[in-house]
Amino acid sequence: MKIKLNGEIKELPDGATIEALLESLSIKAQGIAVEVNREIVPKRLFGASTLNEGDAVEIVRMVGGG
Amino acid sequence: MDTVKIGKYVFKSRLMVGTGKYPSNEIMVKALEASGADLVTVAVRRVNLDRSKESLLDHIDLKKYRLLPNTAACYTADDAIRTARLAREALDTDLIKLEVIGDEKTLFPDNEALLEAAKVLVKEGFTVMPYSNDDPIMAKKLEDAGCAAVMPLAAPIGSGLGIRNPYNIRIILETVKVPIIVDAGVGTASDAAIAMELGCDGLLMNTAIASAKDPVAMARAMNLATEAGRLAFTSGRIPRKLYATASSPLSGLIE
Repeated sequence: MKIKLNGEIKELPDGATIEALLESLSIKAQGIAVEVNREIVPKRLFGASTLNEGDAVEIVRMVGGG
Repeated sequence: MDTVKIGKYVFKSRLMVGTGKYPSNEIMVKALEASGADLVTVAVRRVNLDRSKESLLDHIDLKKYRLLPNTAACYTADDAIRTARLAREALDTDLIKLEVIGDEKTLFPDNEALLEAAKVLVKEGFTVMPYSNDDPIMAKKLEDAGCAAVMPLAAPIGSGLGIRNPYNIRIILETVKVPIIVDAGVGTASDAAIAMELGCDGLLMNTAIASAKDPVAMARAMNLATEAGRLAFTSGRIPRKLYATASSPLSGLIE
């Protein structure tokens, strides 16, 4: 299936969870936030949240700023 | 000990600093240390998928510094609210430096949208620290909306022009009871001292330190200036007079 991840199209296995997506990107859950279709998904639900075809996923973290 | 209280948080340093624009992470770490700050700002951005292992937070000692995420580059209340919620989820903090920008060239705040976003975030339990104009009416409205501090700009972000309107800052200090933190526009140590001598509760700066030729030394200069300015304010300066007053006694002169 295809999702939109941080504005880019990404191919994922059907039924992939947020946890699996983060693992495939080597991103630790600490210090990040994930939105699926503009809804924040709490960290404790990463393992149980399966993604669907066409989902718009945003993964953010902190960068230097003033 | 002199501390500043913002909402439920108490800070030892009246100088708060940003983490953007440093030549390297190593220099940033040393500058944060030299600044004496215990509250540092960060921005919320998409994870760079090509370099997904890199994280700013690997360089900042979270036992030493509390993070103040910002909503920089948000141009609508909705974007700022969305960013604040993401920051809260990512960092497990209710602190937010609320920015709603009105114009790319000046980076001045959009007052209406700022107030709208502040009201929503206060209701959601955030400790809201809004970056605002040096406008006393707006500052009062932000206080009335429940903001934990008001952060009027000294001059445009990154401009280094210093305190352009000390008289407005004075009026804000008289009319608003929550802490007043001058945010943006400071260029050098004397600007920091002037803001503190006016009676501001604190200062927030980034570019003046990060883009100085020697950021670590400038961070120390700002640290000292903030403390010096605060001490001068609490010490009660002498009034300005047009003519001289002798420092040495006039009696006991030899003849």
